[in-house]
Amino acid sequence: MNFAEIRRALGVALWFVFLTFPLMVIRVDSIESTIEWRWMNMLWVAVGSFALSLLTSWYFRRREAAVGKVSDKPPLAVRLRTWTADPARRLPLFGALAAFAIVFPFLFSSYQTNIMTTALMYVVLGLGLNIVVGLAGLLDLGYVAFYAVGAYSYALLNTHFGLGFWTVLPIGAALAALFGILLGFPVLRLRGDYLAIVTLAFGEIIRLVLENWNDFSQGPSGISNIERPALFGIELTLNQSITYLYFLMLLMVIITIFVVNRLQDSRIGRAWLALREDDIACQAMGIDKTKTKLTAFALGATWAGMVGVIFAAKTTFINPASFTFLESAIILAIVVLGGMGSILGVIIGAFILILLPEYLRALADYRMLAFGAILVTMMIFRPQGIIANVRRTYQFTRKDA
Amino acid sequence: MDYFVELFFSGLTRGSIYALIALGYTMVYGIIGLINFAHGEIYMIGAFTSFVVASVLSIMGLPLLAIIVLAGLAAAIWASAYGYTIEKIAYKPLRNAPRLSPLISAIGMSIFLQNYVLLAQTSNFLPFPELIPDFEFLEPIAHIIGTTDIVILLTTAVSMIALLILIKFTRMGKAMRATAQDKTMARLVGINVDRVISNTFIVGSALAAIGGMLIASHVGQINFYIGFIAGIKAFTAAVLGGIGSIPGAVLGGFILGLTESFATGYVSSDYEDVFAFSLLVLILLFKPAGLLGKSSIEKV
Repeated sequence: MNFAEIRRALGVALWFVFLTFPLMVIRVDSIESTIEWRWMNMLWVAVGSFALSLLTSWYFRRREAAVGKVSDKPPLAVRLRTWTADPARRLPLFGALAAFAIVFPFLFSSYQTNIMTTALMYVVLGLGLNIVVGLAGLLDLGYVAFYAVGAYSYALLNTHFGLGFWTVLPIGAALAALFGILLGFPVLRLRGDYLAIVTLAFGEIIRLVLENWNDFSQGPSGISNIERPALFGIELTLNQSITYLYFLMLLMVIITIFVVNRLQDSRIGRAWLALREDDIACQAMGIDKTKTKLTAFALGATWAGMVGVIFAAKTTFINPASFTFLESAIILAIVVLGGMGSILGVIIGAFILILLPEYLRALADYRMLAFGAILVTMMIFRPQGIIANVRRTYQFTRKDA
Repeated sequence: MDYFVELFFSGLTRGSIYALIALGYTMVYGIIGLINFAHGEIYMIGAFTSFVVASVLSIMGLPLLAIIVLAGLAAAIWASAYGYTIEKIAYKPLRNAPRLSPLISAIGMSIFLQNYVLLAQTSNFLPFPELIPDFEFLEPIAHIIGTTDIVILLTTAVSMIALLILIKFTRMGKAMRATAQDKTMARLVGINVDRVISNTFIVGSALAAIGGMLIASHVGQINFYIGFIAGIKAFTAAVLGGIGSIPGAVLGGFILGLTESFATGYVSSDYEDVFAFSLLVLILLFKPAGLLGKSSIEKV
């Protein structure tokens, strides 16, 4: 830490004090005509921005010092992969994880189980969005629309026609996929940034229609008394059904991981990666761009549709307020934090972003603030996410070394 | 007929505000090719700053005219400062990153700013003081067009002419146009590109802040969330006119404002936002380059 850095940090602190002055310090009650001066906030801003400025200059100094030096340690993802490649380590690790996942609902209260189910739902949503954003490189900001399609198809088919959970699960998935293709068609020609805005508008259109079309969706008041899923016709108590949903979600996560993993290495998965890296070169290699983009949208939407059905069954009540843009932003933050294109990364990202705010209730108000900050800081400091997606490579090690 | 004229003027008022915000989008896009998602938030911060300043001054008992001028000035200054800072923090480090990175960073910034205002001020709707009184000499046409509408239209016109002069005739404007055409070449002839980019953010933010203050005093209430919808709509206007084109943004703003006004007046007011979003999807489908934009063919 040198003098120039401290002087810079002081300048930054002063600037932020000025910047945040009208909104952080002053608060006006215009009905009572009183002004509240919150000088403490000014102090916090000054101290906080001073510390952050020092921290970033320290970080950049360190990074500059590291330039030129080649690190002999391979990236985290590669180390993890080599470490778990050994069956002697892999089997006990996976066994322990599986055992923990199975006994979880019996060890902890139903409240905890419920939270865990929610986290698992976000794991699947994250993995679904990961197909579109991480693999195919199409920034979809209206992902929540497909989630809404799934949830509303179960809610409506159940209340109007009495269709059960298991019947609607594939229907919801198919409808969501259909909407994915519907959205996919108009945006096929658009470049990255336009695509983002149009998907955002699409998500908002779906929500606004659900909010205003009272005859169809009962508007903002939503649909209540949706049936919980049945287990071979056996009536379940509330606690049992929470446990049941937990296992259902667990199964779903496992299936999703399996399918996405296989998809990645398939022909279409390779085509997505090619599209993400360079769409002109991708076309030149004879890949059908239209088909590749549409399948990415459709397959990504399918997972959202299924989770939507489960969401409606879990909460037994849905309204359009559950499907705002912020929901899309949360799922995007999961993918970005974990690492775009990396399955393990997305899982970790979902657990961090969903479980942490649940257990740090005191900080719940700052949740969205943190999500926004995470998106910005990750892009600047670690765009590849916690677990970077590394191409599979062969590694040769000498036996006698 | 009166109803038609009324809708027409309310469409013009709306449109001029969209145009003011769209100018910021289009200028930034023209220069660094980035959709500044946080631009709607700048507009919201402008409205909030003018609210805070106007309320404090009116409690202190200043005359109305002084309040309007000072509140507008404060909104423009602080919004510009925010625009400048956002560019430095969230976009500048990512100037050579892949296309997706600055976009995600911009979305993050937008969410951050929304929640920052939510936490620093309030999540409720705040009543915005009525800054512009009804002039008596306008009484005969008050049923068609209100005083605020006229003030908004005039202010917008003045701001746009000022912007036009800035871009056409000043050194800074020349540098901006040069940078928009070719960044590398501009740097070669000695233009400080970083400063031009900062200036673009400052000017765009000031325009958005003026729009924010005008619309807030017109609607009569503000909330931390107003920037989100206004942002998408202004973006629609920018795309409609052809993103990167300044006259296009103005034209797009007016077309969008009129469309919305007539659609809500004659069809249904429940779907106000749906009309705008559908218009956006339709333009991008049939004329992605916009009305006045140049369609560019991507080369390898």
